[in-house]
Amino acid sequence: MTPGFLKVALLVLRKDLAIEARSREIVYTTLFFAVACVMIFSFAFVKEEGVPVDNAAAGILWIAVAFSGTLALGRTFERERYSETLRALLLAPAARPAVYAGKLLGMILMMAATEVILTPMVAFFFHAPFFARPLLLVALLGLGTIGFAAVGTLFAAMLVRTRTRDVLLPILLYPVTIPVIIAGVRGTAALLQSPPEEPVATLWIGLLTAFDVVFITLALWTFEPLMTE
Amino acid sequence: MIQFDDVRLVDVSRHFGRRRAVSHVSLDLHAGDILGLLGPNGAGKSTLIGMLATLVAPTSGSVVYGGRQGRSLGAELRGSIGLLAHELYLYPELTARQNLEFFASLYGLDVATVVPSALATAGLSDRADDEVSGFSRGMRQRLALERALLHQPKLVLMDEPFTGLDDAATELVRARLQTLSRAGAIVVLATHDLDLADGLVTRVAIVRSGKLVTDETASAGLRSRYRAMVGH
Amino acid sequence: MKKIFVPLAIVTGAMFVAAPIMIGMADYESTMLLVQKIFYFHFATWMAMTLAIAVCGVASLVYLFKASKVAEWYATSAAELVVVFSLFGLFSGSLWGRKAWGVWWQWDARVTMATMLCLIFLGYLIVRKYGGPGSEKLAAAMGIFGAATSPFVYKSVDWWRTIHPQTTVMRTLGDKWPGAWRLVIFCTFAFLFLTVLLLFARVHLEALRSKLDDMYLAAED
Repeated sequence: MTPGFLKVALLVLRKDLAIEARSREIVYTTLFFAVACVMIFSFAFVKEEGVPVDNAAAGILWIAVAFSGTLALGRTFERERYSETLRALLLAPAARPAVYAGKLLGMILMMAATEVILTPMVAFFFHAPFFARPLLLVALLGLGTIGFAAVGTLFAAMLVRTRTRDVLLPILLYPVTIPVIIAGVRGTAALLQSPPEEPVATLWIGLLTAFDVVFITLALWTFEPLMTE
Repeated sequence: MIQFDDVRLVDVSRHFGRRRAVSHVSLDLHAGDILGLLGPNGAGKSTLIGMLATLVAPTSGSVVYGGRQGRSLGAELRGSIGLLAHELYLYPELTARQNLEFFASLYGLDVATVVPSALATAGLSDRADDEVSGFSRGMRQRLALERALLHQPKLVLMDEPFTGLDDAATELVRARLQTLSRAGAIVVLATHDLDLADGLVTRVAIVRSGKLVTDETASAGLRSRYRAMVGH
Repeated sequence: MKKIFVPLAIVTGAMFVAAPIMIGMADYESTMLLVQKIFYFHFATWMAMTLAIAVCGVASLVYLFKASKVAEWYATSAAELVVVFSLFGLFSGSLWGRKAWGVWWQWDARVTMATMLCLIFLGYLIVRKYGGPGSEKLAAAMGIFGAATSPFVYKSVDWWRTIHPQTTVMRTLGDKWPGAWRLVIFCTFAFLFLTVLLLFARVHLEALRSKLDDMYLAAED
């Protein structure tokens, strides 16, 4: 019996985790890149007195997430391009959107692993009380990551056979995910105020939820026609 | 899996903008055929294979599997198709066993029975738990062949499967393809290695610039006939 | 060329001749006087841009799922129009801002939003040109996702500017008063007709290009 949608997605996820577990290459390089981003932005946004510009922490966190996420997307699909294994996945009798779903889950986990390290780090360097409202912060980061990864996974997959894929991915991905960045940064910044502006953060969480629902649906729907020539 | 005993390309064309990759090709394939798809580079062989594999949609015409339109059949059809191309479709970071187990699970096969026998046929049982990145080209090819045939597909598509193989390995592949065709599979073999095709294929289709130049049963003197058709 | 093209062109031309006259004769708005009159074209260009985004999104969907050549022509023509009208909107908005507020650029909600949308559809054009074979499909994805994200861009930028008000208060572009209402509608329709006109013209160009490709292909046969 050919496996169902969820089973296929989990198979793909497990395969990706198995590959990553061997070398941990993408996780480490993505993390270090994110850290490097944060360092560079620090020089831009910390004033001479050593005090960061207001609300810089929120912006820096999300930029680092977006930039490192884009890198991770590129590297993940480069693996599938190497032996054209993406073609083999598309050839399986599984529903093709399930392959997308599996890749998306892997991407979310990858970005989450980076954020787990990055968030406390940014909080530490910028004296930012990120964890005043931990649940709201997790919701913001989680939903934002899902939205970014949903669009990114689709775009990275469809660009896999394009020669200029490395430069096209950011060109296409960033403008479309601007609502995610705005919502993430403003929501996080609201949580950094004293006292944390919970209603504002909740508003942004609502926007992110709507974005995620719309775009995951769109991606599942358009994956198959995009991946066949 | 969907059963069929014949596959037909009905006047298929495929163009990319101004470039015509395939132009009005019609072919009838039956169980037991080993079709040699011959032609120079860029003739459209890979595009035709892609169309048979449901990875490339024709811009006109259709592919018919046992009387049913490829377009109307869903994911199930792919369970009856096996493809091996130059790129091999193996994950170098995983072991031979992990590669086979992954694809076996994806195809809904019984991993415990299918994988060990595939490893044995490929002659890689003793290297099963080594990463594929450490394999020689020949070993990878044998593993890739078994991976492509794990689910015992009805339509077997091979796009240049002999590159980089030594004589012994080539013989193994030839024998395997012949066994498959005797068992009722439809084999399509795209290659520009005429010596290998000679004596193996039962039918020959020569393509040039996307067009079908000839489609006939194989006979002796393949190389000279090919040269006459294609011109070098 | 569609039959409606010439009559539509005449009507649109007449509207664009009449519009400046009507705008010149309209009442002055109390605080911004003459400069405010940019608004009539400014608002209309946003409407034109929105129409073009909708056309691009829908046409991209049709192209992706039905492999319709004609849909692809509409999608790419509409994307170009989005860029054209948003750039005009940014330009006219910048002029207005310079006169009204003294600065060339303000992170006004709608200006920001228009810039983002312009970027998205510029991305469409870039991927269509540099995406290699099969770039029409990639562009279609961008058209669909770009159109889908537009309401989110609108909302998020809007909230960004209004929930955290900055030191200077932006004039909302929605301010209208009774006498000017009809003029706004008139200019909006002029721009919408212009959009449709340009769309038809551009699609015609794509149709000719496609015919040329077909002739090349036929010549090879």
